[in-house]
Amino acid sequence: MHIVVCIKQVPDAKNVRIDPETNTLVRQGVDSIVNPHDWYAVEAALLLRDEYGGQVTVMTMGPPQAEEALRETLALGVDQAVLLSDRAFAGADTWATSLTLARAVAKLEPVDLVICGKQAIDGDTAQVGPGLAAHLDQPYTTYGRKLELVDGSQLRVERLTDFGYEVVQMALPAVVTVVREIGDPRMPGLKHKMRAKKLEIPTWGAADLDLKPEEVGLQGSFTQVVKVFSPPPRSDREMLTGEVEEQAERLFNLLKDGKVPGL
Amino acid sequence: MEYFLTEEQQMVQEIAAKIATEKVRPIRAELDESEEFPWEIMKILAQSDLFGVYLPEEYGGLGGGVLENCLAIEEMGRACIAVATTFAASGLGAYPILLFGSEEQKQKYLPPIASGEKLAAFGVTEANAGSDAGGIQTTAKRDGDYYILNGTKQWITNAGEAEIYTVVAITDRTKGARGASAFIVETGDSGFSFGKKEKKMGLRASATRELLFNDCRIPADRLVSKEGTGFIVTMKTFDVSRPGIGALAVGLSQGALDISVEYARKRVQFGKPIIGFQAVQHMLADMATETEASRALVYAAARYIDSGAKDISKISAISKLYPTDVAMRVTTNAVQVLGGYGYMRDYPVEKMMRDAKILQIYEGTNQIQRNIIGQELNKEYGRIKETFF
Repeated sequence: MHIVVCIKQVPDAKNVRIDPETNTLVRQGVDSIVNPHDWYAVEAALLLRDEYGGQVTVMTMGPPQAEEALRETLALGVDQAVLLSDRAFAGADTWATSLTLARAVAKLEPVDLVICGKQAIDGDTAQVGPGLAAHLDQPYTTYGRKLELVDGSQLRVERLTDFGYEVVQMALPAVVTVVREIGDPRMPGLKHKMRAKKLEIPTWGAADLDLKPEEVGLQGSFTQVVKVFSPPPRSDREMLTGEVEEQAERLFNLLKDGKVPGL
Repeated sequence: MEYFLTEEQQMVQEIAAKIATEKVRPIRAELDESEEFPWEIMKILAQSDLFGVYLPEEYGGLGGGVLENCLAIEEMGRACIAVATTFAASGLGAYPILLFGSEEQKQKYLPPIASGEKLAAFGVTEANAGSDAGGIQTTAKRDGDYYILNGTKQWITNAGEAEIYTVVAITDRTKGARGASAFIVETGDSGFSFGKKEKKMGLRASATRELLFNDCRIPADRLVSKEGTGFIVTMKTFDVSRPGIGALAVGLSQGALDISVEYARKRVQFGKPIIGFQAVQHMLADMATETEASRALVYAAARYIDSGAKDISKISAISKLYPTDVAMRVTTNAVQVLGGYGYMRDYPVEKMMRDAKILQIYEGTNQIQRNIIGQELNKEYGRIKETFF
């Protein structure tokens, strides 16, 4: 079984700031991390490999330094990695991104399953996984919390919903996005980490994927970010402080006097 | 500080630190309270290949030495020395086999220890044989192709949980110190069982029990080295394992310092953070100084041992003695810096102080370490012909 995991390097949410002048993310001095949801995708793939054997390839599209993110996942025991990096990829929306990833998956054939995190914490679109399935013309399921192979050709997915979970079964090859309930990602291993340090990671650009300049990056995108802004701070709110009893009393009095903001 | 560690040594540190921070620190209080053996953490350490850092590659290890082992122990000790002791005690059980075992014994016993599939333990102490190993009463009698062991080992770390035990028993009482021998005993050997689990002041997640030998019958090829070498095996084992106790102490001191400084920067009294008061500042300064000195000492001793040097008894004892005395002082002062909070079980430093005490006792009390250092000084200077006056 060959599983491809798509990950994304994102700014560490703990330090994110938006430049008030330009309304763009301030990336300087902000650490990059592997998108937290993607760790569950890596873990899901490794769990399947533990159970059924096979190979796990991790892949990301990003600038050259995204290679660091790939090496971090290799330290958990992922078999190989591919970096999709090309100046032409810059500014890609979810359409162009998922098309680029789909071409790379096709180049890695045979691939039985693609796993993504449920969404990335920077864009929060949750579109790339399903988009990837559309470009690959494969079935997909989102919010997987448990994955199980059936008869070697089907994937049974417990799919988290607001009210419990659904059980979905789909034919492979397919795409699935997963949630935290998959289980905590395992700790890195020393032998894996040593191997990760040395392993050669191929870099594929648009030409390697037979993609034309107008199909990738900003040019290949149907949407554009016109404006990014921080919502204006709301003035009509009060944070209660102090002991719980004091806070309760203050809240009680505010409610009694009908002075709760927004009421 | 920069200790010029190799890339691989830094990886050992990073992985051990990640496990300590994410998996050990959040549950250390719970483990202390429940006295539960940390199997789940041992499994994570095994998956991360840490049990093999100091073992040769031909036995499934990573080919490192005492320093690599110390780095892993220190990082774990920073979160909890009960967990770190459990890890380190497996190494203590493995060292006699590594240092003195036959090729067959090494091939059979070291790979499962290196992979963490099995834990090991070392059994010397008895009710009447603590500092004075000459008081050992457990006997091993040769019977054809077997040895028959009888007696009781006391306060054995990892007892009941480990599957491979190196134990010292008397094969010839008439020969005194030359009448002891080391044997490998496995869980499941007939006549081998465990006594009750001890209730301890600290180090409560670590398992401490008796080993009971009641006509325990083991194949003769379980003898380590030759009959009569039991004390040599023990002493040489401690020579390489003692920096590990120093490393536990360094980790513990660092963990206590981390909390003390963080707290002192936040705790406001008389209108300012207490770290602004010289009385507190100087305590923290001493804690940091002694902790760093301990670390430098442990790394230097470990490197010296790994260089293949033979005269390691003195530096090994020094690298256990100083950091463990420091850890007792540092953890006591950590409780003092946190004041009333420090004394509460809701905060981690009282556990650190309880845990610290054992470091001055096990693997040779600090009084015994001073004896070793003193005797070595006497020998060393006896060989020097010149005068320093």
